[in-house]
Amino acid sequence: MKKSFKLENLGCAHCALKMEEAIKKIKGVDNASVNFIMQKLTIESSEEISESLLSEAQKAISRIERHCVIVK
Amino acid sequence: MSNVQKRELVRIIISAATAIIISFLPVTGILRLVLFFIPYLICGYDIIADSFFNIIHGKMFDEKFLMFIATMGAFAIGEYTEAVMVTVLYQTGELFQNIAAGKARRSISDLMEICPENATVIRDGKEITVSPEEVETGELISVKPGEKIPLDGEIVSGASTVNASALTGESIPVEKGVGDKVLSGTINQNGALIIKTESRYEDSTVSKILELVENSSDKKSRTERFITRFAHFYTPCVVIAALFLALVPPLLFNGIWSEWVRRALVFLMVSCPCALVISVPLSYFCSIGRLSKKGILVKGANHLEALSAVKAVVFDKTGTLTKGILKTEGVYPAEGVTEDELLIIGASLESHSTHPMARAVCSEAEKRRADKNIPHAKRVEEIAGRGVKAVINGKDCCAGNAIFMKESGIECVIPSAIAGAVHIACNKRYLGYILTEDETKESSKKAVDALRSFGIPHIAMLTGDTEKAALKTAEKTGITEYHAGLLPKDKVDILENIMEKRGKTAFAGDGINDAPVLMRSDVGIAMGALGSDAAIEAADIVIMDDDPLKIAEAVKISVKTTRIAKDNIVFSLLSKLLFLILGAFGLVGIWGAVFGDVGVMVLAVLNSMRCMKL
Repeated sequence: MKKSFKLENLGCAHCALKMEEAIKKIKGVDNASVNFIMQKLTIESSEEISESLLSEAQKAISRIERHCVIVK
Repeated sequence: MSNVQKRELVRIIISAATAIIISFLPVTGILRLVLFFIPYLICGYDIIADSFFNIIHGKMFDEKFLMFIATMGAFAIGEYTEAVMVTVLYQTGELFQNIAAGKARRSISDLMEICPENATVIRDGKEITVSPEEVETGELISVKPGEKIPLDGEIVSGASTVNASALTGESIPVEKGVGDKVLSGTINQNGALIIKTESRYEDSTVSKILELVENSSDKKSRTERFITRFAHFYTPCVVIAALFLALVPPLLFNGIWSEWVRRALVFLMVSCPCALVISVPLSYFCSIGRLSKKGILVKGANHLEALSAVKAVVFDKTGTLTKGILKTEGVYPAEGVTEDELLIIGASLESHSTHPMARAVCSEAEKRRADKNIPHAKRVEEIAGRGVKAVINGKDCCAGNAIFMKESGIECVIPSAIAGAVHIACNKRYLGYILTEDETKESSKKAVDALRSFGIPHIAMLTGDTEKAALKTAEKTGITEYHAGLLPKDKVDILENIMEKRGKTAFAGDGINDAPVLMRSDVGIAMGALGSDAAIEAADIVIMDDDPLKIAEAVKISVKTTRIAKDNIVFSLLSKLLFLILGAFGLVGIWGAVFGDVGVMVLAVLNSMRCMKL
């Protein structure tokens, strides 16, 4: 399934790229994209996008930009 | 500016003002340092907080951390004013980038103005205001003058003019009455309407358009993918180079540690690839926003980029270059027959057919007010691919194409193979023919000329119509290469042939019959697709109304956008390189480094935003 989330306080374009790379590496994520302009995260997964997967993604994002949060 | 951005601006101004005042105060020593820390903290507390956070998470070369080290360095060597001002400059740049990205995002939200806030639904005879999502298919909604039509549907009562400019860019409103279909997102101008809805909100035209444009920036252009890959190896390279710069000269050549570490810091600050990373997608995004306002929807940056490189444009004829509605061009009776007589018999026969040519004959009879005298036709028989035959006033009459005449043993006096001719005969006597034609759109020739002037020499036309009809349209539009009498499958073959010979090819068609060709082409452009799901599905670019000139406009903007995106890459790379070299030789200080980072980025962003005005 494919799901999009709004990101808040995503500050820099290069950070968005780094987040994309980091989220792609999370287990269970087939593909991910962070759209800096639309401030949007899209995750593709063959399984249900679970709460725990999202919190993993949030952790990856926070490591790169402290204030950036996924709006659920 | 948002409130957060305003607060940020106030913070920057206060900090800068305080620093200037302090620099004139006659205090020295430790007190001066403490005083300067006030504006520094006002402006830079988040930089300090973030860099500590980053160090804890093992990220050393983040630009905020670099800012922190650099400003601390400046404090250490007594350059207090510089330390504060560099922070101010950095924050200003960040703020600017924020504002620019926000502005681009808002241009999409402007498009959201087509998005209706609520709908007035009539339930149990009462008008209730609800959100459009709550209205079911088949319910009645009331739309007052000046309101936005919230859902797609059919008018069941009332009449008004409807303005579709938000969807199509076409500013002339259209008259609509009972039985006419209206689309969500259009504006009801002057009459109250009751509309029976035909879809739920999530399937309405407005929702589809919004979804399409919002997702368009997810599809990355090739240039953008290149930049992503580039950034991937660029960053580690620069970090290694900076380490080299900091360590090698002092260790091996007796360099001064503080000087080389400072140079390495400058080097790292400049290296941030943000300007590169943001400017390319932003350029395409701004253009897509701009085009959508003109009623041209582009499904992704990659398609816009592909359009800028097309070498050939192939048009479908009917409905794309022509209006797709047949009109009577002339009535040509045989000797001893008047025009009206011919038309009356023709209309009597053809009123029983739904063929477009038959309709053209009937509407001509109506126009000439000859329809009142139309005799009744008995024993009507329609023969597919031939014509209609019937008994009128006791005579065996028939109307149809030349093959039909020949098969009925009637000789056409005039050249038999004229495209669009309806031949008419009674009791084996040839009465003459009525010529129908599909009018070429006024802007078709302009579109072809414009495409040629942009340097696209290969323009071709495909059609299922006859050679004669194709030739006529080709002459009117100035297209020299055309292929007539094609089946849908042939169209794909010919397109492939053109693609092989000419290179990247765009195909423009009506999207319903041409879906396979649209899919096969490098850039599929669906015309007049407002409200057609199939076309929106198959095409890469959707022209909401049916104006072919918009194809030329899309090509023009795509070329300019790609140029701006490439300019940005060259500009950012060259200025980065320049500042890196200057930094390595110690020719720019921390001021220059901040400019090389945020300054270059702001310039690139500003340049990208020009795409919004193309």
